[in-house]
Amino acid sequence: MQIELNGKPHALADGADLAQLIAALELSGKAVAVAVNRQVVPSQLWAGRVLADADRVDVVRAIGGG
Amino acid sequence: MNMNDAPALTADAGLTIAGKTYNSRLLVGSGKYKDLDETRLATEASGADIITVAIRRVNIGQDPNAPSLLDVVPPSRYTILPNTAGCYNAEDAVYTLQLARELLNGHKLVKLEVLGDEKTLFPNMPETLKAADTLVKDGFDVMVYCSDDPIQARMLEDIGVVAVMPLASLIGSGMGILNPWNLSLIIEQSRIPVLVDAGVGTASDAAIAMELGCDGVLMNTAIAGARDPVRMARAMKLAVEAGREAFLAGRVPKRFAASPSSPMAGRVV
Repeated sequence: MQIELNGKPHALADGADLAQLIAALELSGKAVAVAVNRQVVPSQLWAGRVLADADRVDVVRAIGGG
Repeated sequence: MNMNDAPALTADAGLTIAGKTYNSRLLVGSGKYKDLDETRLATEASGADIITVAIRRVNIGQDPNAPSLLDVVPPSRYTILPNTAGCYNAEDAVYTLQLARELLNGHKLVKLEVLGDEKTLFPNMPETLKAADTLVKDGFDVMVYCSDDPIQARMLEDIGVVAVMPLASLIGSGMGILNPWNLSLIIEQSRIPVLVDAGVGTASDAAIAMELGCDGVLMNTAIAGARDPVRMARAMKLAVEAGREAFLAGRVPKRFAASPSSPMAGRVV
């Protein structure tokens, strides 16, 4: 299936959940927050939050800003 | 009485926002530094307790182990203030801060800014008010970048935000305090902290803001864009402290006529 990850197309195995996506991005344990279709998903719920085709996933972090 | 026994000056009580008291009245941004090391050194030199950060999408494919901002500005040491810079409507601002709250483990204190256009970065006040209302109802402690308009500031206070932060001049412009009279009106009426956010160019601007009676000053460009950011960070720390002390001390009234500082009696001529 294909999801939209941070605004760009991203191929993902069918049935993959958020925890698997974050692990594949090597971001497990990093200071990131995740939302699916503009709904924030707390990190403790990533495992089991199965993604569907065309889901829009945002993965964000803190950077320098004023 | 021995001159050395003079009572110590009462220390400034600090800046209380949403029930928490901070020693420093200077809040600093973490953007525009040349690298994370300079960010860390300038932040330390500023003495600030509250540091603003931006929330942005992770660059997919970039080294996930590269050092990150929160390594050099750790939430264990500083109060991190996530902002909504780059948001032009209420919905995007609220979404950004919901992500920030998750990112920072339920952290409630946030900086709301909803911008009007790219040329001025002036706040879009109707959208700002809308977002503030949503965020306050959702349990956030909201500090708000706003226009220097006492009516809008009062509306924000009525919504229940924890601080109003009028601009002194345009974001990143370094033009200083352009309308001290409006700031004074806001300071006079507000029962919540008033901080100048945006426009400070150099130390005297920060001192003027504090002398007007502002509760604090938030800045980024004035420090990060200086030739020596670490030194300017220290200058701003001193300026905010000096301005606050001068405000507490109460300045002399301005008068047209001269008034000699030395006594006229006992002159030798």
